[in-house]
Amino acid sequence: MTASASPPLLSVEGLHSGYGRIPILGGVTLAVRPGEFVGILGHNGMGKTTLLRTLMGYLPATAGEVRFEGADITRRSPTARARMGLGYVPQGREIFPALSVRENLRMGCLLSKRGEDETIADILATFPRLKAYLDRPGGALSGGEQQLLALARCLCGGPTILLLDEPTEGIQPSIIEEIIEILLRIGRERGIALLLVEQNLTCITGLSERILILQKGVITREVPPEVARDRSLIDEFVGMA
Amino acid sequence: MDLAGLLAFNVITGIATLVLITLGLGVIYGMMRIINLAHGEFMMLGAYTAVMASGAGVNIWIAMLVLPPLVVGAIGLILERTVIRFLYGRMMDTMLATWGISLGLIGLITTLYGNVVRGVSTPVGSFDIGRYGASLYSLVIVATALAALGAMFLVLRFTKFGLILRATMQNPRMAAALGVQPNRIYMATFALGAALAGLAGGVLAPISGVSPAMGAAYIARAFITVLGGGPAIVTGTGLASSLFGVINELVSFKTTPVIGDVALLVAAILLIRVLPQGITGRYLRRSL
Repeated sequence: MTASASPPLLSVEGLHSGYGRIPILGGVTLAVRPGEFVGILGHNGMGKTTLLRTLMGYLPATAGEVRFEGADITRRSPTARARMGLGYVPQGREIFPALSVRENLRMGCLLSKRGEDETIADILATFPRLKAYLDRPGGALSGGEQQLLALARCLCGGPTILLLDEPTEGIQPSIIEEIIEILLRIGRERGIALLLVEQNLTCITGLSERILILQKGVITREVPPEVARDRSLIDEFVGMA
Repeated sequence: MDLAGLLAFNVITGIATLVLITLGLGVIYGMMRIINLAHGEFMMLGAYTAVMASGAGVNIWIAMLVLPPLVVGAIGLILERTVIRFLYGRMMDTMLATWGISLGLIGLITTLYGNVVRGVSTPVGSFDIGRYGASLYSLVIVATALAALGAMFLVLRFTKFGLILRATMQNPRMAAALGVQPNRIYMATFALGAALAGLAGGVLAPISGVSPAMGAAYIARAFITVLGGGPAIVTGTGLASSLFGVINELVSFKTTPVIGDVALLVAAILLIRVLPQGITGRYLRRSL
């Protein structure tokens, strides 16, 4: 693969983090190349969400380094990271419930380099399901629709990499398919990279070019998605019974 | 009939006064969950700005309506940068700090201008409601309150700044992930709340005695109106002011203004007992 020769877009080196004095991450090392889709698989309590929150700057790294496009961003604020091109869709979506769908998208446009109307028209072409709900409050949408909205809002800002935290949690299968399809298309069309943390094997194998296994705060191995489709092998690696 | 007209006029003036003294506090509390105990003193600074400016020969309307919000907004900005911003998320600490600021401001103004009551003369005369005379200045208060409330609504509903403000209020961490600097928004909000308090002080200066401790006369009513109104700034302030204003004026009319204040307080306690999150905590939740 020629892509392996290109320098990483996001590189993480020996990252430690946790809540207060409770350590969660014990030295995570990984790299994502431009346009690459990387999945992180691990079950609850292994540090998936903590990893993304630390990468986005919500939790301070206690040791280690995060570099984005070559720059050391380990100590930068979430705002600064967002402005550099890190897009973040957290667990639980966190759309603004009292803002309308359109207003949620307009918030996403703050970092867009193009005009607001143009950006929103563009994103609605990718997420046609949202068109019918533009003037409804975001909180009135179903879980799956909220997830689509959170994704759309994030993509409005034109990120170079998308950090995605369990997008399939509590969502009906039809929308999971839709999300996978949209992300694959966005990756092809815009060259966005993806760092996905998941427990859902369908989603992670459908999207990832390679899958990293996170166990007890460290990456224990890397597997190609074909291997991850084999339930028994994955059970052995991850201990996902 | 004439009496009913006068009473209605007084009720509307009472509501408008409550709106004016509450809005600045409501903006800061609603957006940032900070209880600004210096709110009354921000009003006092607004009133002093009006007195000093009109004394220096500035046009009375500019002295009352333009300078106080600018001056007090700037003071609020400075205090936010030097004190408040270090205390976000620590409610007790912000209460202590703003209480300290309030005592400091009272002391400072007493030292500078003395513990005397000053006044500004009312710039307009009176008009008749049937056999009774009513102050035209009350119309100025009503107009200012409507303008302040309306402007607040328009800003929140239709401007990009308003959108960012509402989003940050709902979820500052998520707003940060979309490129907003929550600290900048808090700074602007605090300055805006201070400016509105300044405006209230400036407009009320001609009808209330202007003295260093004048803020205390307003602060209790402002607080219970904010709590009664709930999280929606414009709707909550409007509804709670209307409710409490009507009760206060009607009881004051039948008895004395002191009993009127007592009635207002009792009504507020009952309201908060029934609706702990305020009116807009239960009803009209999606309003602004």
